Amino acid sequence: MTTVVIVDDHSLFRAGVRAELDGLVDVIGDASTVEEAVACVVALEPDVVLLDVHMPGGGGLEVLRQVAEKRPAQRFLALSVSDAPEDVIAIIRAGARGYVTKTISGEELADAVRRISDGDAVFSPRLAGFVLDAFAAGSAPVEVDDELEQLTTREREVLRHIARGYLYKEIAARLNISTKTVEAHVSAVLRKLQLSSRHELSRWAVQRRLVD
Amino acid sequence: MAVRRDPQHGYLGGVCAGFAARVGIDPLLIRIGFIAAVALGGVAIPLYALAWVLIPAEGPERPSVQRLLTRSDTWLVAAGMGCLTAAGLLLLRAWDVWFVDDRFLWPAVIAATGGALIWRQSQTAPERVAERARLPRQTVNRATAGAALVVGGALIFLYVNDALAPARDVVLPVLVILVAVAIILAPWWIRLVRGLADERDARIRSQERAEVAAHLHDSVLQTLALVQKRADDPREVAALARRQERELRAWLNNTRPSGEVTLASALEAAAAEVEADHHVPIDVVTVGDGPLDERAAALVAAAREALVNASKFAGPEPISLYAEVADDRAEVFVRDRGPGFAVDDVPSDRRGVRDSIVGRMERHGGRATVHSTPGHGTEVELVIEP
Repeated sequence: MTTVVIVDDHSLFRAGVRAELDGLVDVIGDASTVEEAVACVVALEPDVVLLDVHMPGGGGLEVLRQVAEKRPAQRFLALSVSDAPEDVIAIIRAGARGYVTKTISGEELADAVRRISDGDAVFSPRLAGFVLDAFAAGSAPVEVDDELEQLTTREREVLRHIARGYLYKEIAARLNISTKTVEAHVSAVLRKLQLSSRHELSRWAVQRRLVD
Repeated sequence: MAVRRDPQHGYLGGVCAGFAARVGIDPLLIRIGFIAAVALGGVAIPLYALAWVLIPAEGPERPSVQRLLTRSDTWLVAAGMGCLTAAGLLLLRAWDVWFVDDRFLWPAVIAATGGALIWRQSQTAPERVAERARLPRQTVNRATAGAALVVGGALIFLYVNDALAPARDVVLPVLVILVAVAIILAPWWIRLVRGLADERDARIRSQERAEVAAHLHDSVLQTLALVQKRADDPREVAALARRQERELRAWLNNTRPSGEVTLASALEAAAAEVEADHHVPIDVVTVGDGPLDERAAALVAAAREALVNASKFAGPEPISLYAEVADDRAEVFVRDRGPGFAVDDVPSDRRGVRDSIVGRMERHGGRATVHSTPGHGTEVELVIEP
């Protein structure tokens, strides 16, 4: 079974997630602070870390950064009550492979954990919306020579279907491609988000007054 | 209706054509009148030039002077204003119109340059100040430089005209005394300013705290009290929780300026209402945003109808509402995971969808399509194209 560590500063929430995931995946540990989380993840080497975005002492971003130094291959799934675009995009850019909200059901969460563990990316409809929004902010005719700065038509189409609430296999059926191809497109979008210099993203951030 | 220049139908700046359009007669008559005025005395020519510069052209363009004053390259504008003043005064001198010697010319040029700087700054500053908490350093620099130029110009003028000597006798003692007093009072003054700033910060903090407390009290605590009372009705409790979550998020994020109603916020409001009325969860995802004009309002109304429809058939899964707005094009998808139906089998006398969704969209130049397959839910696609 997939091994999971839960990082969240609310003990009640950790207990809740543990109970919901019981029997679906193997929760091998939990942590409530940044230091605890880093030590726990490095010691237990779980398949997936369920990471809260908002925590005291730097939050999920800090955990991601410190674990990445010691265990670069560690996979993270951001699990947050926050749906402020800046939080979500920041944690995805920092290396989390997916983002789901805390109202997700236990089964869906277990499914997302398994997919992350298999190397896939998990985009909730809301995350897909944020990403589309971020990339659309640069839709004005700007010279863009770096192909990382843009989504392909197909990637955009896949994201729009995710935002519309379709499952991967339904998207595959509608676009006449295989589920593997849908996964590949989603992973490509994730890579672009994490690697690209994203001058559009920074302009998007400026528009939202996130950066002076 | 204001007079507008009409350069497209004019020979020069379109001033005559503009006046003709305003009065409603043939431009030729105005032009003949204008030429007659030129023949009688030259004053019509500068008047024409003035009208050319001051009257805005047809369309959104502003008058040339105003455009010049609100350009972003302030320093260039100031320098240009200095050159213009110099040119104007030199021209007057060349014509012997007015006695202008160097003792007047150069101070006037310097003062005009500084004046242009300050003017320009005052024209653009208000928007910037509203946007940011404090004045940008650039604004302060320009205003200071402008003031220095104006004062400098005035001083040079006084100096070269020997008007400063008596003034110096008065100003010097006053200045010395002022400096002495400033040195004595400075510590108190600094402490006073610092104290005021601290007090202001503390007041702002306590006001913010009071506002947060008031909001939590009105919203979250009320909802929690309701949840405790209705603990035996899980559907109602879930609905209350979702509504409260939505409100709290809107309040915390505060993403849109208050008072401004946009397409995305109207869609969110419609979804919130349907959610509250029909006790079904609705996940709203919006990309981009646009103004809520007549067509957008029709789109929202149709989307609302589609949500109400979906709420009747949706299972426990939330309904998805996805809206994408970009470049005058707006698309909305409303999707439920209910039983679905075969679109072709619906009897043609069922008017609900046809009138309130498809018909409404078509009346406003858009279109609506219903996709449904038995067992795979239903999706309504609403599109407005430019």
